[in-house]
Amino acid sequence: MTDKNKSALSSALNGGLNWVDARFPLTSNVKAHLTEYYAPRNFNFWYFFGSLALLVLVLQILTGIFLTMHYKPDADLAFGSVEYIMRDVPWGWLIRYMHSTGASMFFVVVYLHMFRGIIYGSYRNPRELIWLFGVGIFLVLMGEAFFGYLLPWGQMSYWGAQVIVNLFSAIPLIGPDVSEWLRGDYLVSDATLNRFFAFHVIALPFVLVGLVVAHLIALHEVGSNNPDGVEIKKLKDKKTGIPLDGIPFHPYYTVKDLVGVSVFLIVFSAIVFFAPEMGGYFLEANNFVPADPLKTPSHIAPVWYFTPYYSILRAVPPILNSQFPGVAAMGLSVVAFAFLPWLDRSPVKSIRYRGMLYKQWLVAFVVSFLVLGYLGTVPSNIWGQFGAWMGGADRATVVARIFTAVYFLFFILMPWYTKKDKTKPVPERVTG
Amino acid sequence: MKKLLLTLLLMPFLAMPLAVSASESVSLDKAPIDAADHESLQRGARTFVNYCLNCHSANYMRYNRLLEIGLTEKQIKDNLLLAGEKIGDTMKVAINKKDAAKWFGAAPPDLSVEVRARGADWVYTYMRGFYRDSTRATGWNNTVFDKVGMPHVLYELQGEQELNHETHALKLVKPGKLSVEEYDVLVGDLTNFMAYMAEPAKHQRNQLGWFVLLFLGVLLVLTYKLKKAYWKEIH
Repeated sequence: MTDKNKSALSSALNGGLNWVDARFPLTSNVKAHLTEYYAPRNFNFWYFFGSLALLVLVLQILTGIFLTMHYKPDADLAFGSVEYIMRDVPWGWLIRYMHSTGASMFFVVVYLHMFRGIIYGSYRNPRELIWLFGVGIFLVLMGEAFFGYLLPWGQMSYWGAQVIVNLFSAIPLIGPDVSEWLRGDYLVSDATLNRFFAFHVIALPFVLVGLVVAHLIALHEVGSNNPDGVEIKKLKDKKTGIPLDGIPFHPYYTVKDLVGVSVFLIVFSAIVFFAPEMGGYFLEANNFVPADPLKTPSHIAPVWYFTPYYSILRAVPPILNSQFPGVAAMGLSVVAFAFLPWLDRSPVKSIRYRGMLYKQWLVAFVVSFLVLGYLGTVPSNIWGQFGAWMGGADRATVVARIFTAVYFLFFILMPWYTKKDKTKPVPERVTG
Repeated sequence: MKKLLLTLLLMPFLAMPLAVSASESVSLDKAPIDAADHESLQRGARTFVNYCLNCHSANYMRYNRLLEIGLTEKQIKDNLLLAGEKIGDTMKVAINKKDAAKWFGAAPPDLSVEVRARGADWVYTYMRGFYRDSTRATGWNNTVFDKVGMPHVLYELQGEQELNHETHALKLVKPGKLSVEEYDVLVGDLTNFMAYMAEPAKHQRNQLGWFVLLFLGVLLVLTYKLKKAYWKEIH
C-alpha cells in the first residue's frame, strides 16, 4: 500500500468515526470503559473471575438461544425433545453440554468472584452498591438455575421443583396459596413447566443482564479495588491526573484476561468433552428418568451449587410443627451477603493487613460452607446415628447444625471481631 | 494461609467418591464398555432387537443411526426392522402400556437412556443376576433389583440360577444354550450397545475433545506470550 492510499484509508475511517461520534458517544465510551479506565496494576489470580463470569453469561445466552429452537416446553414432549437435541440436532449434544456445564461453571466462577470480594474487602465503602448489585445477580442466577433445571423434565427436575416450591407453603398464612400460585396447579405439572420456561428464557435473563450492566457502571464509577485494598485514586500523577498505580484496562487487562479465558476454556472443554455429568454433580443420573408424579425418588438432592443452603434448610428443626424457621434460615443464609458492607468494621479492607482473628473466622466460614455443601448432596443418615445420649440423632444432622451456627456467626459476630482484630499498617501504594 | 485456602477449595472434589459410593448397596460387576468395538456393538444391537425390543421401546433411538456402528442399510432392513417400519424410524414397540402394567406390575420402561440413569455396570450385573424364586409370580427374582416385575428373558441362553441366601452367591443349577463365559460376553455386548444407544455421540465427543484441547493449548501459549509482551513495560 502506498502512503497516499494509506492516508486516504485512514481519513475515510476517521471520517466514519467522526460521523458516528457526532451521533453516538462511541469514542468517549471506549475511552471511559477501556482505554482510559485505569485499573490497579496489581490484580492477581482472583481477578480473573469477573470477566469469566461475563464470558459464561454470554455462552449461556448463545447456547440457550439454540436450545430454545429445538426444545419443547410441554410435559409430554420436553424429555424427548432434550434427547432429540442430543441425537438428531446437528451438534445439539455439544450445545446442550455447553449449556449444562455452563450452568455449573457459572456458579464456580461466581463463588470464586464473591470470595475475592470478601477477602479483599471489595464490598467496602465506596463499593457497597457494586456489591449489592452483585448479590442481586447471585439471587437472580439462583432463580435462573432453578427454573432451568425443571426444563429437561427428568425425575430430579420434577421432584426438585416440587420440594422447592413446597418450601413456600411453609410461610405462615399465605404460604399454601403462594406455592399454588407459583406452580399454577396443585402439583408441578405442564402449567408449571410452561411458566418456568418463560421465566428461564426471557424474564430472568433480562433482569440478569440489566443487573450486570448496573454492576459494571457502578464499578467504573468508583474504580476497581485491588489485593491491597488501597484506593489508587488517592495518588495521581500531577500532570496527567492518571492514578500512579493505575494502568489502562485495555490493552493490559484485556490481554491478561485472554490468558484467563484460555485456561478457563481448557477446564470447561475438558468437562464438556470428557465428563459432562461430572460424576453426577453437573447432570444427575436420575434426571435421565422421565418425570413421574407418582414415583418419588428415594433421595432428592439439589444440584451441588444449592447444597450449602439446602443443608441449612434441613438442619434447622421445625418449631411448633412448622418448617418455616428452616425456610427462613435458608433465605437468610443467601441474603446475609448483602449486609457485609455494614457488618465489617475493620479499619483495613484487604486480608493482607488483617489479623489472625479475622482469618480464623474466614476459615471457619469457608469450612462450614464446604461441609454444608457436601452434606446437602447426601442423605442425612449418611454417617449413621448417635447413641441414646444424643437421643439417637443423625450424626450428619448434628454436624450440619453446628456448621449452620458457624455460618451465621461469621456474619453476626463480624462487627465485633473485625473491630477487635489486630490489623497491620496499610501501605500508601499498591505492592507487587 | 494460601495452602490452607487451596486445600479448602479442593475439599469437595476429594469428597466426591464418597458421595457416589454412598448410594451403592449391591456390589456391581464392571461392564466391558468399548464404544470403538463395532463388532461388539453390532452383536449387542442384535440381542437388543431380538430380545428386549418386544416389550421395551427405545423411542429416541433411530434404526439408521446403526449405520454409524458399521451396519449397512440392507443389514438393518433385513435383520432388524419389522414389517412396515422405515429405516429412519425410532425403535418403538407395539405393546400397550396399560396391558403391560397389568401383566408385569409396571410398564416396561423405555431403554433409550437406561444406561445413563442406572449405569452400565448396573445393567451388566442385572442381566446376569436373575435367579429362580417360586414366591414371585413370574418365578424369577434378581440380585440387583429385588422383586423385579420382569421375567428372565434370556433364561434359554443362560439357564437357571439359584441364590444361596446366606452367602448371597448365585449358582447355575440348570445350564442353558450358552456356557457361562459365552453368556457373559453376550450380556457384555448388550450392555455395550445400550451404553452406546444412551449417548450415541459419546465416542465422537471424546475424540473431538482432544483436538479442542490441543487447539486451546496453542491458544493459551499465544495469549500468554501476548500478555508477556504487553506487560513488559509495566513494573
